[in-house]
Amino acid sequence: MAHEHTHDHTHDHAHEHGLDPDLPLLTTTVEKLVNWARKSAIWPAQFGLACCAIEMMAMAASRYDIARFGAEVFRGSPRQSDLMIVAGRLSRKMAPAMRRVYDQMPEPKWVISMGACASVGGVFDNYAIVQGVDQVVPVDVYVPGCPPRPESLIYGIVQLQQKIARSRI
Amino acid sequence: MAEMRTETMTVNMGPQHPSTHGVLRLILELDGETIKSARPTIGYLHTGIEKTAEQKKWQQVIPLVERMDYLGAQSNSLAYVLSVEKLLGLEMPERVQDIRVLLAELQRLASHLVWLGTHAMEIGAVSMLFYALRERELLMNINELVAGFRFFPSYFRVGGLRDDLPRGFHEAVTAFLDRFPAKLDEYEGLLTKNDMFRRRTEGVGVITQEDAFAWGLVGPVSRAAGSDYDVRKYFPYLTYANYDFEVSTAKEGDVFARYRTRIREMRESWKICSQAITRISPTGAWACDDTRVVPPPKDKVYTEMEALIQHFLIYSQGFTVPAGESYVPIEGPRGEHGVYIVSDGTNRPWRVKMRPPSFMAIQALPKIIEGGMIADVIAVIGSTDVVMGDCDR
Amino acid sequence: MPGASFEAGKSVDFTTIYVPADRLVETARALRDTPSLRFNVIIEVTAVDYLPRAPRFEVVYHLLSVPNRQRIRLKVRAAEGDLIPTIQEIWPGAGWPEREVYDMFGIIFANHPDLRRILTPDDWEGHPARKDYPVQIRKAVQTYEPLEVSEEEFTANLERDRVRRQVK
Repeated sequence: MAHEHTHDHTHDHAHEHGLDPDLPLLTTTVEKLVNWARKSAIWPAQFGLACCAIEMMAMAASRYDIARFGAEVFRGSPRQSDLMIVAGRLSRKMAPAMRRVYDQMPEPKWVISMGACASVGGVFDNYAIVQGVDQVVPVDVYVPGCPPRPESLIYGIVQLQQKIARSRI
Repeated sequence: MAEMRTETMTVNMGPQHPSTHGVLRLILELDGETIKSARPTIGYLHTGIEKTAEQKKWQQVIPLVERMDYLGAQSNSLAYVLSVEKLLGLEMPERVQDIRVLLAELQRLASHLVWLGTHAMEIGAVSMLFYALRERELLMNINELVAGFRFFPSYFRVGGLRDDLPRGFHEAVTAFLDRFPAKLDEYEGLLTKNDMFRRRTEGVGVITQEDAFAWGLVGPVSRAAGSDYDVRKYFPYLTYANYDFEVSTAKEGDVFARYRTRIREMRESWKICSQAITRISPTGAWACDDTRVVPPPKDKVYTEMEALIQHFLIYSQGFTVPAGESYVPIEGPRGEHGVYIVSDGTNRPWRVKMRPPSFMAIQALPKIIEGGMIADVIAVIGSTDVVMGDCDR
Repeated sequence: MPGASFEAGKSVDFTTIYVPADRLVETARALRDTPSLRFNVIIEVTAVDYLPRAPRFEVVYHLLSVPNRQRIRLKVRAAEGDLIPTIQEIWPGAGWPEREVYDMFGIIFANHPDLRRILTPDDWEGHPARKDYPVQIRKAVQTYEPLEVSEEEFTANLERDRVRRQVK
């Protein structure tokens, strides 16, 4: 065998995962490959709540064209999507329904909180609106604006892609 | 042979459903494909805007009401502003009124374009969305030019406008108006003679004029059923009386009639815009001269004590509105919009209540869809052009 | 209308009249059916809470006559717990706005066939548009829905299905 055993800590790490210590590079390669695949084909759920949903539509449409970043396949069913863009204000009545949609999405999944209302309640500091969707679901990227411009949302999606690229599988 | 046993099936649509225009929930009882009963549930976007507005000063309410019916943002603020101005007894210069007419009509076009794109997409013509939103982007550019904001310009203020028109405004509007009629022909080429589109829409979701009125549907839905009620003609506001345009109507009252009504309405709006842009001078009066409401010009604020005090008062305490109440209706993209305000004579409104056309439309939805097929529900919801933000507020 | 007295209200826009609650339905019917009036469209039903004043509420009806190009505002004074008759039999479109007034103000409409909350969740406490209700409230967000079927109903459904299967 041409391989040499060099007993450093990376090999121990590979042992923990039950992998062949002779091939220390394989885990990182698979990880990179999987992350690359995941980040380049994000399927957002069609989860529009309010005004921001219209800007989300604009982002998917002719001028901004999110297909350039591989995230244009908006799915009607949460079972087929891995990104939830919370576009708009979340009322207390809607919160259980939104949680259910999130629970129905398969792993791995990410959440972008789009706009001021989804992030912190926005101008609607009142009895009806949840002051930040992070009380209901975990949020990966917050996009500010009321509503954010489509460019801002695209920037948010690119940020999410970078986060996915850095993640461990 | 044993008798076949049948039972009805209950289907829950929404609140998260790709074609309910947001967060509408419908509970449908089906007999096969036929709808036996429909029960809409709303409130999933209840924002408490009317309650929040009672906390704000009069001028601060404008951004809030714009977020009610988010597709017809400037219609909301126009109705609100006119209502407050009625209580204050303010008269606007003609130029301000013409600019308001122009922007309100451009808002109608923007709203109808989103309606056209989503409505056609939901019944199968997916590419329509991209065509319609292409032209809408130009309107968003005009908003951005005027107020630095694509969506909610908050450009209409109590007492006039936020500022004078920017440089390049006339060019931007003229460029859009030159381009638009040909694009409208393009849309019609894709849909009006499209056999599949017509089969999905003709004879579907019929409502008669009497029913439409009894259920409070005043707007494109009742006009598609033969009425010619249009607030711009029946109770003219702003300077609409000086403009040459027709009310677009149809007879059949079905989904296709509503489609034709709105398409013609866009052509009429284009006519109004073309007349308005020639009447508006590039610079001129952009607010009334009532010092209670309109802050003094900046150069005076820096040089005169009274102007400085006035400026400070308007921006810190706001202005007071005489006690009373008023309701001013306007023709919004979805029908009669109106804001009912009650003042107790202080610097904050006592009550602000929007008259929501979508709320009435969803209430009448069972009346329209019961007895029809389940696939037609999508077409009918799209044709009533409901906005859940307007419905739930 | 015979035997009815109406109080005119002050307004800057169109005619406003106060109607006693017990005369509301017949007034509304007369407004709709009299040929010279013909108020055929219900524009909206809402309410205003003038808290320190008694009676604290005013229910406001905006009507529109398309044939005569006229508008009118009806007002009914109501105290806490007063019953206001529904006008759904005259304009079916008044149903939901009345539900909204009930939800937001807690004003009860007599003979309303479906007087439930409409904008807030079914288990909401209080009526948000009242002046003594806070604008901001701080409480934990509910992220589950209460089960709409009770334990007994669930068992009954199960039993029913079992019986049905045996019949086949």
